[in-house]
Amino acid sequence: MKITVRIWRQKNANAKGSLVPYEMDNISEHMSFLEMLDVLNERLTLEGEDPVSFDSDCREGICGMCGVVINGQPHGPETTTTCQLHMRTFKDGDVIDIEPWKADAFPVIKDLVVDRGAFDRIIQAGGYISAPTGSAPEANNLPVPKHDADHAFEAATCIGCGACVAACPNGSAMLFTAAKITHLGLLPQGQPERDSRVLGMVEQMDAEGFGGCTNIGECTAACPKGIPLDVISRLNRDLMGAIARS
Amino acid sequence: MWVATTKNARRSPLSSTVALKISMAVSGLIMVGYLLLHMYGNLKIFAGQEAFDEYAHHLRVFGEPMLPENGLLWIVRIVLLLSIVVHFHAAVRLWARNKRASGAQGGKRYHTNKNRKGIQRSYASFTLRWGGVIILLFVVYHLLHLTANIIAPGGRSDSPFERVVNGFEIWWVVAIYTVSMLAVGLHLWHGMWSAFATLGANHSRTRVGSRWTKLAWVVAGAITIGFLLPPWAVFLGLAG
Repeated sequence: MKITVRIWRQKNANAKGSLVPYEMDNISEHMSFLEMLDVLNERLTLEGEDPVSFDSDCREGICGMCGVVINGQPHGPETTTTCQLHMRTFKDGDVIDIEPWKADAFPVIKDLVVDRGAFDRIIQAGGYISAPTGSAPEANNLPVPKHDADHAFEAATCIGCGACVAACPNGSAMLFTAAKITHLGLLPQGQPERDSRVLGMVEQMDAEGFGGCTNIGECTAACPKGIPLDVISRLNRDLMGAIARS
Repeated sequence: MWVATTKNARRSPLSSTVALKISMAVSGLIMVGYLLLHMYGNLKIFAGQEAFDEYAHHLRVFGEPMLPENGLLWIVRIVLLLSIVVHFHAAVRLWARNKRASGAQGGKRYHTNKNRKGIQRSYASFTLRWGGVIILLFVVYHLLHLTANIIAPGGRSDSPFERVVNGFEIWWVVAIYTVSMLAVGLHLWHGMWSAFATLGANHSRTRVGSRWTKLAWVVAGAITIGFLLPPWAVFLGLAG
C-alpha cells in the first residue's frame, strides 16, 4: 500500500503544533496501525529526524495506553483500540490524518502523547473499594444477580484510554467516570462507599477541567470497549441520591 | 520533568456540572409542561372568537374567589421566570465550561477536515445553544406582541382573538413565528431527551435506542405542529 499520513507534530506542551505530511510506500495491509507508525519512525531515525512520539504498551487492546485521533475519530473508524486497527481498513492512496486527544484536561506532552493523569486522579477520588487483603474469599459467598454481574463486567471493561473525552464535543469525562461508578455500584462490594465514591469522583472530574455532559452519545460511538450510554444516567441517579443523603 | 496537577480546587457536588445539568433539566421540563398548556389554549382559535376570548378571559379569573384576579397567571409567570433564570444561568455556566474543556473549539477542535460532524451527533444537538438564544429573543418579541399589545403589526385590539388574527395575516409575522417554532422543536428534540437522561431515566445503550428519545421526538413534533397550526390557518384564511 502507498499512503500519506499527516501527523500532528508538537515539540512540547507549550509549542504550537501542526500537521506534517509523510509519504509511505510498501505498507502491508496486515500491519497494525502502530506497526505502520513504527516503520515510519525507523525511517525518520535513519534519516536523523526526530521520530514521532506516541503511546503504546500491550498492543493487545487491553491496556488503554495507545490512542490517537485518526481522521477525526478517536481510535479510527473501527470499534477497537488504535493498536488493534489494521491497515487493511484503509485504501491504497489514502491520506490519513493523525492527531492526539485534544481536551483542556489532557495537555499534549509531545506529538501524539497526552497526559491522562486526570483520569488517575478521578479514580483516586473514589474509584475503588476498600477491602482487606489476604487470601481470596469463597467466590459464591456473595450472590450477585446475573444481570448485575454482566452489566458491572461490561462497565469494568473500560480501559481508561480517554477516547470518550477526545470524541466529546464538550471534552467531558462522564462516560469514563460513570463506567467506574456503574462497575462498582452494581456489586455488593461497592455498596459501603457508593455515596462517597460518586461525590468524590464528580468533584474531581470537575476540578480537572473536564466539560459537562450533553447526552449526545459521541463517547459511546468512539469507545473501543462499547461502554453503553446508560452508565451516565446511573451516575446521575447515584449523585442525586448521594446529595439527598449527605 | 513533566509535572501536572489538578487545574482547579474541588467544589461541592451541589455546584458540580451534574448538578447544573439537573437544574437545567428540571427547569426545562417545567417549561415544556407550560408549552403543552399554552398550545391547548392556542388551538381554541379553531372554536371561534367567542370561545378563544372567553378562554383568555377565564385564565385571568381562574380560581376566583380563592385567588385574586390574575392570581393564577402571576403564579405561572413567576414559576416560568424562575425557570428561565435557572435554565439560562446553567446554560451560560456550562457553555463557558465546555468551551474551555474542549480547547475553545467544541466538536471541531481537530485539524483534519474528515468526520467534522462527528459520528452520531444530531443537528438538534449541534444547534441546541444558539437555538436557545433564538427562542429567548422570540419570547421577548412574542410577549411584546400578543401579551402586552405593544408591538402590534396589523393593528391593536382588546380582543386577544383579533390580535392574533391581525398579526398572522401578515407574512413576515408568520415567518418569524414559523422559524421560532422550528427552533423550539429542534431544541426539544434533543433537549427533552437530554433532560430525561440527566435525571437518570435512560437505560438504553445508545441515545437513539432510548424510548426517552422517542418520547422527546413525539412531544417536540406535537408542540411544533400544534403551535404552527393557528398562525398558518389564519394566514391561509382557514381560521379567523
